[in-house]
Amino acid sequence: MGAYVIRRLLYGVGVVLGVLFLLFILFFTVTKPDDIARRALGEKAPAEVIEQWKINHGYDRPLWPWQDWDDNLLFDHYRRMLTFDFGLSDADDSPIIDRIAAGMGPSLALTVPLLFFGLVLAIPLSLLVAFFRETYIDRMGVFLCVLAMSVSMLLYIIGAQFLIGKMLRWYPISGFDPTLLMMPRFLAMPLIVGLLAGVGGDVRFYRTVFLEESERDFVRTARAKGASETQIMTRHILRNALIPILTNVVLAIPFLFTGALLLEAFFGIPGLGSITVDAIAANDFSTLRTMVFIGSLLLIVGQIATDLSYGLVDPRVRFE
Amino acid sequence: MMGLEAYVFSNIMTAALLAGAWLLVRVVRRQRLWREAAQQLWGRRKLAIIIVGIYLLIGLLDSVAWKGGVPEDSVGVLPNAPLTLIDRVFLGTLEASYSAPFAAVEFYGAMPLQRPGSHLFGTDILGRDVLYLSLKGARVALLIGGLTSLIAIPLALVFGVGAGYFGGRFDDFVFFLISTLASMPGLLLLIALIMAMGRDTLSVCVALGVTSWVGFCRLSRAETLKLRELDYVSAARALGVSELGIIVRHILPNLAHLIVITFVLMFSGLVLSEVVLSWLGIGVDGSWGQMIDGARNELSREPIIWWNIAAAGSALFGLILAVNIVGDGIRDVLDPRTRKSLS
Repeated sequence: MGAYVIRRLLYGVGVVLGVLFLLFILFFTVTKPDDIARRALGEKAPAEVIEQWKINHGYDRPLWPWQDWDDNLLFDHYRRMLTFDFGLSDADDSPIIDRIAAGMGPSLALTVPLLFFGLVLAIPLSLLVAFFRETYIDRMGVFLCVLAMSVSMLLYIIGAQFLIGKMLRWYPISGFDPTLLMMPRFLAMPLIVGLLAGVGGDVRFYRTVFLEESERDFVRTARAKGASETQIMTRHILRNALIPILTNVVLAIPFLFTGALLLEAFFGIPGLGSITVDAIAANDFSTLRTMVFIGSLLLIVGQIATDLSYGLVDPRVRFE
Repeated sequence: MMGLEAYVFSNIMTAALLAGAWLLVRVVRRQRLWREAAQQLWGRRKLAIIIVGIYLLIGLLDSVAWKGGVPEDSVGVLPNAPLTLIDRVFLGTLEASYSAPFAAVEFYGAMPLQRPGSHLFGTDILGRDVLYLSLKGARVALLIGGLTSLIAIPLALVFGVGAGYFGGRFDDFVFFLISTLASMPGLLLLIALIMAMGRDTLSVCVALGVTSWVGFCRLSRAETLKLRELDYVSAARALGVSELGIIVRHILPNLAHLIVITFVLMFSGLVLSEVVLSWLGIGVDGSWGQMIDGARNELSREPIIWWNIAAAGSALFGLILAVNIVGDGIRDVLDPRTRKSLS
């Protein structure tokens, strides 16, 4: 176990370095510092202005170590990302780390309830559908899931804003208030939309998991010794299905921090998703690559946590 | 411009795709397993298959273009522009914004945001016919979904099967590559790729391809690892069949059902991602995503302009739903795990 944990962690470190290299390729060689400066300053900016912009934003050094071992962008990129020294935004020169710190709260305020209610909604529904497998309820349920999955997220959001916000006037169309009393009013609609858009895929996935478990031998044994269907469903199937469900949940946790990109942007929640969308609109490359890095880092941690938690949850799993 | 004009290229690609489809049909008809699967699928999902077929037909009609044949008095059309069959249907008498043969008279740009009436689905803010734009969107959606998966799946197969079959250094490299790519949140990676490579159609397709091949690569690698150890593969090796021969004869046919399932499931995901990209301003020109994005602010007008978004939204929804239902059916028919519970 100990050796496995160490190996897994080391591999995680390797993947982090790989992600950083990929980011470097994308943001420093495919889009050269000159291109970034041009997008920030406009196509017709004179050469000396571009040079000055590059100096101000630290892009004026050679890219690769073999050009200048002590002072190059590749090493600098690694050093700064790994020490969380993200520097200034390319668009408005504000420190990126401050914006991330400010965006974390609103993002979590949206995504944590979204994950929680999503589970509360999806697991009973999928148990129900799996309980009535091969009947009309099952077929209807699966069809509704496919239906819900086939609608674009954009349409869900526009539809909800139009119907709930404009026509029925239940909730404000967009906006955010950090005080505890007002927050639910602003979060209600993004939550409804997020749940509606996510529940179809979740129910279908959990249903497959439950159906797979329900074909196991121990289920047949339980049925043979006279356990009721409800008992089998909760005690034998649900418990064993918790492992894949747990995987799904742990892998969703990183996305709690990076936020729901579309929901935040449309409903005016000043979270990390909004920051990313703003960065795209403003050609703010330094913020964008920081967001991608943070998202990847969290995902890698989540993946390692999933792999290690298998051993804790499932006694059958043995690490070699 | 590669020496070829865009429309000639499009015609050649269409011909190649049709030829490929014809070959595929022949193979399917020749092999009993596939023939029965196809029959079963047709029996269960008739309506969805027909709807997908209609979208394909529209896309096809919009892919075949040629120059000339434009009436002298046409307005709003360059006389020497290559026009597709769909363009020509709407060319009718006066111009391309024309809901021929149902309308009385209309001029380009003269009637923005026209209610559905003489134009079957109304017009958009520039006075373009919404029905025409929705039909044009079918080709773009099929291009995004179809061509991108035609890029991504072979890529995934080469890396996945290669890694699984040969193992060793190559496997280590591929596994590291896919775990690196899989560690980056999909949408963020997609955005980063498009921001870095530029915003034209080709880069969007390449970016979508790069972000979507990873899952299938992992799957095909795992399957190949299993298949490699089977007795008939050992037997083939003992008989002196070359490595390539083993892969083509014994590994790939056993991955075929996964390829089909992945293709269909990937398709709808790709089209839906393009909608999000359109909203971010980095989508493909002429897609339903751009129509929806362009029309969403018009919902706040008084009276409400709903036909734009309704047309693009339902066209998108219809295609995705039909493809998803067909995909579900294909999985039921082909996946050995669910097949057991059906028979």
